[in-house]
Amino acid sequence: MEQATDDTAPDDGTVRTVNSLRRDTYADSVALMRAARRLGDLPGVTAASLVMATEANLRLLADAHLLTAEAAEARPNDLIVAVRGDAEALAHALDAVDGLLEQTDSPTPAASATPAARSLTEADPATALALISTPGPYAAAEALKALRCGMHAFVFSDNVPLDQEIRLKREAHRAGLLAMGPDCGTAVIDGIPLGFANVLRPGRIGLIGASGTGLQQVSCLLDANGEGVRQMIGTGGRDLSADVGGITTLDALELLDADPGCELIVLVSKPPAPEVAERVLARAARAGKPVVACFLDGSGSLAGDGARPSGGEGTRSSAGDGTRSSGGGRVTVAGTLRDAAYAVVEALGGKAPRGVERPRLPVPHGHLLRALYAGGTFAYEARQLLPDAATGTETGTGMGPAAGEVLLPDRDLILDLGDDAYTAGRPHPMIDPTVRARHLRVALDDPRTAVVVLDVVLGHGAGADPAAALAAELERAPSGQRPPVVAFVVGTDADPQDRAAQEARLRAAGALLAPTSTDAIEWAAAMVTSPGHERAQELTTAGGAV
Amino acid sequence: MTASVGGTPDRMTASIGDTPDRMTASIGGTPRGTTALLGAAPVRIAAVGVPDFAEVPRSAGADVTALDWRPPASGEPELAWRLAELTGHPAVEAANQEAVARLLAVRPVWTRVLPAREAIPALDDSGRRLLLHAGPPLAWPDMCGPMRAGVIGAALLEGWADSAEAAERLADGGALEFAPCHHHEAVGPMGGIISPSMPLIEVEDRATGRRAYSNLNEGAGRCLRYGALGEDVMERLRWMGSVLAPALSAALHARGEGVDLRAITAQALQMGDECHSRNTAASALLLRELAADLSGTAHAREVLRFLSDNHYWFLNFSMAAAKLATSAAHGVPHSTLVTAFARNGVEVGIRVSGLGDAWFTAPATQVRGLYFAGYGPEDANPDIGDSAITETYGLGGFSLAAAPAITGFVGGTVEEALRTSREMARISLARHEAYRLPALGGVGAPVGIDVRAVLDTGIVPVVTTGISHREPGIGQIGAGLTHAPLECFAKALEAIRVPALDAAPVAVAVAVSP
Repeated sequence: MEQATDDTAPDDGTVRTVNSLRRDTYADSVALMRAARRLGDLPGVTAASLVMATEANLRLLADAHLLTAEAAEARPNDLIVAVRGDAEALAHALDAVDGLLEQTDSPTPAASATPAARSLTEADPATALALISTPGPYAAAEALKALRCGMHAFVFSDNVPLDQEIRLKREAHRAGLLAMGPDCGTAVIDGIPLGFANVLRPGRIGLIGASGTGLQQVSCLLDANGEGVRQMIGTGGRDLSADVGGITTLDALELLDADPGCELIVLVSKPPAPEVAERVLARAARAGKPVVACFLDGSGSLAGDGARPSGGEGTRSSAGDGTRSSGGGRVTVAGTLRDAAYAVVEALGGKAPRGVERPRLPVPHGHLLRALYAGGTFAYEARQLLPDAATGTETGTGMGPAAGEVLLPDRDLILDLGDDAYTAGRPHPMIDPTVRARHLRVALDDPRTAVVVLDVVLGHGAGADPAAALAAELERAPSGQRPPVVAFVVGTDADPQDRAAQEARLRAAGALLAPTSTDAIEWAAAMVTSPGHERAQELTTAGGAV
Repeated sequence: MTASVGGTPDRMTASIGDTPDRMTASIGGTPRGTTALLGAAPVRIAAVGVPDFAEVPRSAGADVTALDWRPPASGEPELAWRLAELTGHPAVEAANQEAVARLLAVRPVWTRVLPAREAIPALDDSGRRLLLHAGPPLAWPDMCGPMRAGVIGAALLEGWADSAEAAERLADGGALEFAPCHHHEAVGPMGGIISPSMPLIEVEDRATGRRAYSNLNEGAGRCLRYGALGEDVMERLRWMGSVLAPALSAALHARGEGVDLRAITAQALQMGDECHSRNTAASALLLRELAADLSGTAHAREVLRFLSDNHYWFLNFSMAAAKLATSAAHGVPHSTLVTAFARNGVEVGIRVSGLGDAWFTAPATQVRGLYFAGYGPEDANPDIGDSAITETYGLGGFSLAAAPAITGFVGGTVEEALRTSREMARISLARHEAYRLPALGGVGAPVGIDVRAVLDTGIVPVVTTGISHREPGIGQIGAGLTHAPLECFAKALEAIRVPALDAAPVAVAVAVSP
């Protein structure tokens, strides 16, 4: 190794430039540049360059004032190490060169692993279904891509533009695929649960629903009565609106009608647009198997309320059992979730547990009903009984003691705590009980409250112990000193939360357990609507279904 | 042609209803047993969004893949929807297959060396003083330092001015006209200035008669393309016109046939080049092709010495070949294939096969890389040059796996080079049948950037490139990696009209590579 220093270089003080020459030493220019960068980072080094001594490189060095006289004579196959810095740093830098040049890349094993797909178009082509829970503005686009890739789409997301939902569903129809959602809470396809779904036994019932918790209630009741699910197809909350026109519902009907493994079809929905209900019922009437339709729109009967006729084909006659039949007896219209489930059981030759005895309820001190639901469909069902009930609470304003507190209306209240107004920035109340627990506390403390109604939904996706937070609120006051609480648990014995334990927890806290959502609201409504007393005193069998 | 499109683990090009299995289980069809809807177990599900949702079907035995999802199309919901409308669209799929087939069918052959004014009609007008430049259109006042230097050098070379100051006055006074090389079937590295007297190489596709051009590479160090000015630079440019070009022409003539650039590129990829920022092997191979015939020409010794010193010699050939192929793919209605990526040092832009002559631009990026001694990122001009045309042809960053020697440009490892080529496959429509990547088991280079895939995955094309000093007159100061900005692709998507679905032809069956 030769070294040359050029003390005539325009350097100040002790700063000098050194060229170190390595004869016939080849290194790749990138390796050299990397080494140069590391040298340049050493303390006391102001500039460093490692180059093969080609004519062009020598000129570059000269331009950078890094070339000394001796190195200028180097041949192209020589390596020049040029460093400028103080004396100590120069010695250190030149010692470091060999180590830097010998440094090799360390392999990064992660780099060779197959990266996760970022897009549905990158997914395994054998993918049968896309499960979409992105923010709403992107969800329809993902679903459309899923369809284009030949996948069914389950779209949990809500806040999807209506026109995109329509486009999506039309395209699904054309492609022979299912667009479940947007705003689809639950489905069980080929036994695979999606979204909020209970662990259901396999069976012969095909369910179609525009309402997640409604489907969960009906399917759990079927399960409890020994019936199992063939398919449970969610459609999303807007499917039976006039705009969407029931595209997914009709496609699902076609599919289940053609499936020989499906012996009976159940339709569950919040009240549809009349003309859509008409169309769906007309298609149902042509099915080669019985159909039970539950639209929660007052068709069929609900205890305590007279059945009123609604749109639909043919003439329906009261079956006297809370259902109405049409289409040669093949379509049964049920008014409540309970009646829908029981109609199914009976249509298949089973015996439904109708006539559950209503328990004796304590005399209420207050006069208003407070139904605090996590499941939106239960609120719809309840409003059939109490159409004048308030649907929202207010929050105290100003600086007073009520500031920020939940204010209950001076009317009956049927609250859907899964509504956007109550979930902003928080998980759904089926997962996070905080907001509902707060409302429950206020309702229990309110002297106007006659009775509180609570749903507890189990299954996949729901909280691990949903009864706990509610029971804790109930236990704050002995049951004699607070209004009675009617609760119902939607779940199966196979659900991960242990239904029996959840029910025991609620019972231990003093809640009355109703077998269905329908029974729960009937019991509670009877306490505030019974004639003869200024709202209920004695609870008699006021409803035909009890 | 045996090039294939798509295939695992590359991007799948789906089209509507392309899965017969599922169709038989569909609405109105005949369900098969208990697995009618989702196919045979294990059911495959892709989860997009909240990871917890993947657990529910997984608990029942489904094979659930949670996507590494992010909002597509730069997070613009309206663009994301349009992107979805284009996804698996039969008309778009068919157009892209047509475009990429045209691209792959091109056989670039170097046929001639000729003055630019003979190759490009617009330059053959003594009444005009037209200069071609790199990248999307750009006016003189907006040009960056290296490109201004190129303009000055070209004006001096053409004898339009006798000093740099006089040249600038000409330009300031509007006496010079400018147009992108790309608008004249030409490409130029870095500043990319092409003036009427400069010699160009002509590359031709014999089957179609299509031609593309590039200038001759000046070598390393102080070069006009990097914005270096000075008598040494001018002297070399004059020598290239008066000695080098005639020698090359004579050698080609003596050879009696053109040089197959595709064969050289294919070999060079086996020898450590990616044919954008590393051309060492290709330059040697090209010189070998011509050496015998060059040896008999005038000034043979100095010509051969110049060529043997120039490791970048092949770059301009690689670029012209890429331009030839991507031009062939341009103009297919509804195609989302990228047919150009070019940078003028201020803006970068892409062109898309189905979107006509429009450029979709974004501010030029900074290049991450290594610098020559005495220079650093603060000295660097933003990304510049037409050379990224090679990336649109499956070379450069797309073939980085072939060139481990240059992966250190960004302190990267060989593993990362392999990963880069794999990632580029995720945004590409096909693999090249002849350009193969030995380090990836000989798989074809990913070729044909799909605007949709870039926006869907957020993976942007990686470009290997040189770094020019931002001031005129200095030249190259480093080299490194950069990328084509997502913004270009988002703008292109905005310009795409979604073809009517019903009017669209049925998607052609897709061949899947093993």
